[in-house]
Amino acid sequence: MLKYIIKRILMLIPVLIGVSIIVFLIMRVFSPDPAPIVLGQHATQEAQEAWRQAIGLNDPIYLQYWHYLKGALTGDLGTSYYTKIPVVKEIMARFPATIELAVVAIILASLFGILIGVVSAVKKNSIFDNAGMLLALIGVSMPIFWLGILLIILFSGTLHWLPSNGRIDPLLQPAHVTGFYLIDSLIAGDSGDFVDALRHLVLPAAALAMYSMAIITRMTRSSMLDTLGQDFIRTARAKGIAEGRVIFRHALRNGLIPIVTVIGLQLGSLLGGAVLTETVFSWPGIGAYTVTCILKSDFPVVQGVVLLVAAIFVLMNLIVDVIYAFLDPRIKYAKKEV
Amino acid sequence: MLLEVKNLSTEFKLKRGVVKAVDDISFSIDKGEILAIVGESGSGKSVASLSIMGLLQKPGRISGGEILFKSQDLTKLSRKQLQKIRGNQISMIFQEPMTSLNPVWRIKDQIMESIRTHMQVSQKEALARTIEMLDTVGIPSAAQRANDYPHQMSGGMRQRVMTAMALACEPELLIADEPTTALDVTIQAQILELLYRMREKFRMAVLLITHDLGVVSEAADRVIVMYCGKIMEEADVRTLFTRPLHPYTVGLLQSIPQIDEDSDKRLYMIKGMVPNPLNMPPGCPFSDRCDHSMARCTKEMPQLREISGHKVRCFLYDEAKEGELGAK
Amino acid sequence: MEQKRNLNSDTSPLQAAEYVEKPESQLKAMWETLRQNKAAVAGLFIIGSLALIALTVWLSELMGKQILPYDPNYSDMGKSFVWPNAEHWFGTDQLGRDLFSRILDGTKISLFVGVAAVGLSLSVGVLFGAVAGYRGGRTDALIMRLMDIMLAIPSILLAIAFMAALGKGLDKAIIAIGLVSIPEYARIVRGSILSVKENDYVQAAKIIGNRPSRIIYKHILPNVISVIVVRATLGISTAVLDTAALGFLGLGVQPPFAEWGDMLGRARGFIFTAPYTLIFPGIAITITVLAFNLLGDGLRDALDPKARIK
Repeated sequence: MLKYIIKRILMLIPVLIGVSIIVFLIMRVFSPDPAPIVLGQHATQEAQEAWRQAIGLNDPIYLQYWHYLKGALTGDLGTSYYTKIPVVKEIMARFPATIELAVVAIILASLFGILIGVVSAVKKNSIFDNAGMLLALIGVSMPIFWLGILLIILFSGTLHWLPSNGRIDPLLQPAHVTGFYLIDSLIAGDSGDFVDALRHLVLPAAALAMYSMAIITRMTRSSMLDTLGQDFIRTARAKGIAEGRVIFRHALRNGLIPIVTVIGLQLGSLLGGAVLTETVFSWPGIGAYTVTCILKSDFPVVQGVVLLVAAIFVLMNLIVDVIYAFLDPRIKYAKKEV
Repeated sequence: MLLEVKNLSTEFKLKRGVVKAVDDISFSIDKGEILAIVGESGSGKSVASLSIMGLLQKPGRISGGEILFKSQDLTKLSRKQLQKIRGNQISMIFQEPMTSLNPVWRIKDQIMESIRTHMQVSQKEALARTIEMLDTVGIPSAAQRANDYPHQMSGGMRQRVMTAMALACEPELLIADEPTTALDVTIQAQILELLYRMREKFRMAVLLITHDLGVVSEAADRVIVMYCGKIMEEADVRTLFTRPLHPYTVGLLQSIPQIDEDSDKRLYMIKGMVPNPLNMPPGCPFSDRCDHSMARCTKEMPQLREISGHKVRCFLYDEAKEGELGAK
Repeated sequence: MEQKRNLNSDTSPLQAAEYVEKPESQLKAMWETLRQNKAAVAGLFIIGSLALIALTVWLSELMGKQILPYDPNYSDMGKSFVWPNAEHWFGTDQLGRDLFSRILDGTKISLFVGVAAVGLSLSVGVLFGAVAGYRGGRTDALIMRLMDIMLAIPSILLAIAFMAALGKGLDKAIIAIGLVSIPEYARIVRGSILSVKENDYVQAAKIIGNRPSRIIYKHILPNVISVIVVRATLGISTAVLDTAALGFLGLGVQPPFAEWGDMLGRARGFIFTAPYTLIFPGIAITITVLAFNLLGDGLRDALDPKARIK
């Protein structure tokens, strides 16, 4: 198992190099020249040229890439063209906000998705099943950002229950330990901060979770319908085991593999969806920031973020595969694979 | 009587009509007895066993009759009450040993689950009992194999595990639904021998569901022949094999290959096909396949008549009196 | 989910050849099952209506006729933010344009971008997948690694980067949205081809000496076509969502075209003062996506032999 994991982590390297090359090409070869944006419209041609020269943009592309790669290996992803702050710092300042949002969203999505999916499968063709499937269908059909807008209109605009933007009241100063406000405020023992951070989190997390929840619901239902029809479920019932235990400990436990796969994949797409959610809710995370950086041709930041997100995505796939082996004793990676 | 089934009917409501999978059957099993129900697939024998267990899945349902287990009507019990009996006083083993065990649980956990559900014992005692049961059903080095997952065992081993699981709470009635069908012939004999031995050891009754008359002759005390949801004939095993009455039973017996017979003779085959369950003929369901079919056979249903312990549903024996049986 | 289908594993080469003769029979069987599915028929009906609206608007525009209640781009600042009423069913926006007309007008953009983007990713993806699956070996490894790399980047970020590189506009949006979903099609086609490739009749065709392109076209594609049809239908809904997302971020189809996502993005500042400007475009997107999802789900069920029995 360990050998397999190490092998897979080594296989990560070519993928990440590939990702970096592609992003490098898209940004540095095809994207607009950052010089006029950085120096302003009125900068002279000479000043722009001098800036490009200084920053290394006049070097041949392979040389630029080489320098970038060398830096990246030592943990230096360059500095932002605009803020002149190292990319690593820029990312670290915003990433916790995105992770907090995505993690809460995936927890909500998995919890409700699995629950609704299981009940829908058990009560197949009932009113609950039909309602659940309709909800899931609408969930996959609604644009994430529009759902966010609707939630704001309802809960912030009309009912005034929840705030519509930001992570926390600007007047509150949460202690900065992990960057996750929910955790930080708990560590500091400040329940006021915690509640406020939670209130800010509810709407964006719900908006972001909806799509994933819908996908997880559908997958859970079909996986459960599959396992509930199997012989060992009949055996479990014949043993006189309570129905709840049959459903959760036997059927769901066996149907988990496809569900875990979707959850893993959804975490990847959540990071993408965060771009839109963060824009709608003015969430100070990495997604909305990256969009502005792409538009401003801030190459180092974009490269850094995409590398990071790709690494997370590939790691998630690895984690899912490892979870498989725990879920299903029939899966063995160590011996013959690859 | 341990189990008395009275006028049990089971139906499946499908879009295209209602199928009476089990049609007004009655039988009983005594303590320690092995009763076999024989029939082709679709004869209703498995549905009957699932009805007793209360394991019928939609759209199937019991539409009439009583199932008296120790004088208690199982059809009137709540799900909770049934769960207390299932796996405890009545347990079941199934045809498909390859798929009937939960693939992601260790076998000891599956057996222990059964024990801990029905008996007030500690984890430790349950494990000890599990290993003891695995040992009893003939699994070598049971303590180690207990940690295996089902996929690490052969089909025969898995059926032994199923048996151990079913017997773990010392049931008074074991329903074995085609327990040997999916197994190799050599393994079949071992499993039958095991059932026989367990019956002796635990003094339990066995309801053996099978399509294989060979299995019946080896294991059963008494036999019921089912066809299209109805009981066609019932007799003790010796009588049935030596003096079968119903033409269907006769046909079944003749289609068993016999080594000692003239090898040139082609194996007997019952002509025709089982009627469509959605469109049952009004008369005897076997009438259009029967060599002795009479005009009235296609019009009215013969009654199940009992003559000195031997029951048969056929007009051929309508006027028969004691002593005349077996004339056919 | 990789779809593994092996319809022909038991058939002899001769029977299989017969089967391949008419690839439409598989689609026909699919259609027969589909017709029984109320939800799918509803989806098909909505798609038909949307297509009808789009075509009518487009044709009347070509002929210079005004078929919509108002010119979707006519701005009357004196009538900005009129709440929905009998005159303006969906109200007017910040520039006093009639929202009902703009939403009907937007149908053609969404459908066009959706279909065109899927067409692009479909043709490139099928080509990649077919070549990778059929050739195997190094070609396969190369193509599929490239696909893996693309999949590792969130598609919305990739599309945004493409838009930044290509510039804004209708054609660019199609390319960006089309490019990001190439890997999906490539994967599906490759998977299907791998499972079909070893069948007797394909082997037989090979032995007779058919050229690879002919084998792929004549023998393999007909067998994966239904899987692709399902994927493409669901793909259109994704493409419509992506179009709206790009538009919302201000990166997609640009004015004067009325595009639903763009309308939402521009109205965002008026979320509390004129919420209706944000509700109707969203409903339009959701209905369109929903329709393609309904149809796609129906097609998938029609493909699944298990579902067919029920």
